[in-house]
Amino acid sequence: MDKTLPDLKAAVAGIADGMTVMIGGFGGSGAPIELIHALIDRYVATGHPKGLTVVNNNAGNGHVGLAALIEAGMVAKLICSFPRSADPVVFTEMYLAGKIELELVPQGTLAERIRAGGAGIPAFYTPTSYGTDLAKGKPVEVFEGRPYVQERWLKADYALVKAHLGDRLGNLTYRMAARNFNPLMCMAAATTIVQVSRIVDPGEIDPEAVITPGIFVQGVVEVPDPAQEETLNRAGARYGEVAA
Amino acid sequence: MKLSPSQMAWRAAQDIEDGAYVNLGIGFPEMVARFQPPGRQAIFHTENGILGFGEAPPPGKEDWDLINAGKKAVTLKPGTAFFHHADSFAMVRGGHLDVAILGAYEVAETGDLANWSTGPKGVPAVGGAMDLVHGAKRVAVMTDHVTKDGKPKLLERCSLPLTGVACVTRVYSSHAVIDIVGGRFVLREKLPSLTFDVLQSMTGAILHLDGPVADLVVPDL
Repeated sequence: MDKTLPDLKAAVAGIADGMTVMIGGFGGSGAPIELIHALIDRYVATGHPKGLTVVNNNAGNGHVGLAALIEAGMVAKLICSFPRSADPVVFTEMYLAGKIELELVPQGTLAERIRAGGAGIPAFYTPTSYGTDLAKGKPVEVFEGRPYVQERWLKADYALVKAHLGDRLGNLTYRMAARNFNPLMCMAAATTIVQVSRIVDPGEIDPEAVITPGIFVQGVVEVPDPAQEETLNRAGARYGEVAA
Repeated sequence: MKLSPSQMAWRAAQDIEDGAYVNLGIGFPEMVARFQPPGRQAIFHTENGILGFGEAPPPGKEDWDLINAGKKAVTLKPGTAFFHHADSFAMVRGGHLDVAILGAYEVAETGDLANWSTGPKGVPAVGGAMDLVHGAKRVAVMTDHVTKDGKPKLLERCSLPLTGVACVTRVYSSHAVIDIVGGRFVLREKLPSLTFDVLQSMTGAILHLDGPVADLVVPDL
């Protein structure tokens, strides 16, 4: 078994129009900038994929990564908790112009919906959002005297994720807080593609240190020295000027 | 005369016990971490998956894989732990946090909080606020007592979209410390220069008394 992919182009080749794509990261930390840019490259060259539903905590920052994907016009709907950032101009303009749909989900509910999708749990109850606009239309049930809101699982056709080390079997480690949504998204997508700073041989990652077991991963592509969104934005970078 | 954000943060910090697990909201509540009383150690939680992080690094020393929920760079301390988002919010909803301190647009005497949306205009964003108001053993709010236009932020009922129902138990305002008990605002401390009547006139619901009101005395910061 070898889940290694030859390059970024091959890594994003299977994503089709209208698919739901989970994109890892919280803000820039853990964001797979190179995979996202490879997907935009494909769209620029072929006109596909488009009409995507994207799941991410945020809505991008500046003009790189997720913001660039939205700016390219590839995203029909965004499912996120916090579509604001230091420079959210791309999403803000498209949202206010009615060019992109937004499903706003509380952050912990978003995480749990993704986890539930990966764990085969179709719905669950949470205290979060009870009595608020975000609970409208959702079933409420009382447990031990307290009301809880029913939320549904969230699954995806693809997940694009950044990890630190990956072996050829897809076992992954993450760097610090870049872990965030990534292990959950690996579980919840039919096909999970991971960019890692280094691909290692099976056995080189201590089994005790594996965060995402390889069963949740379908493809691994090596991207040494991956870009950080924050660093790119501080330099005023834009997609197209950033070497893939 | 009113307390600055630093002074509100100082006052809030006095109530955090040694060993408490604490989440501080983005913005002014983050300042609470600077004013931990000597001899007490709180462990700070951030929604994106860190427990026990330290202060901001000097400019140029940031590691952008090591950020807080406000996307600001933080540092490692001995005992820091990383975890994924589902675990992070299990800590929140599961009742494992001792204290959450959030900002507010409006707080009602019922304990309802509005702090995520100012109405239908613009882009809505909620983040972790709706999760944080459920689960922490104590949910406190740090806020100016009135809006920039001088209108009360402490009300009988919130007019803005709610973050949570009956969740806030204490308010650290720029003028007072107020508990929410049984659907009523109970005044605990007020600035010594302020009469009760003036404070009441700045508040959009009845301030109840339950025992003596202490002077809210805070160092110059």
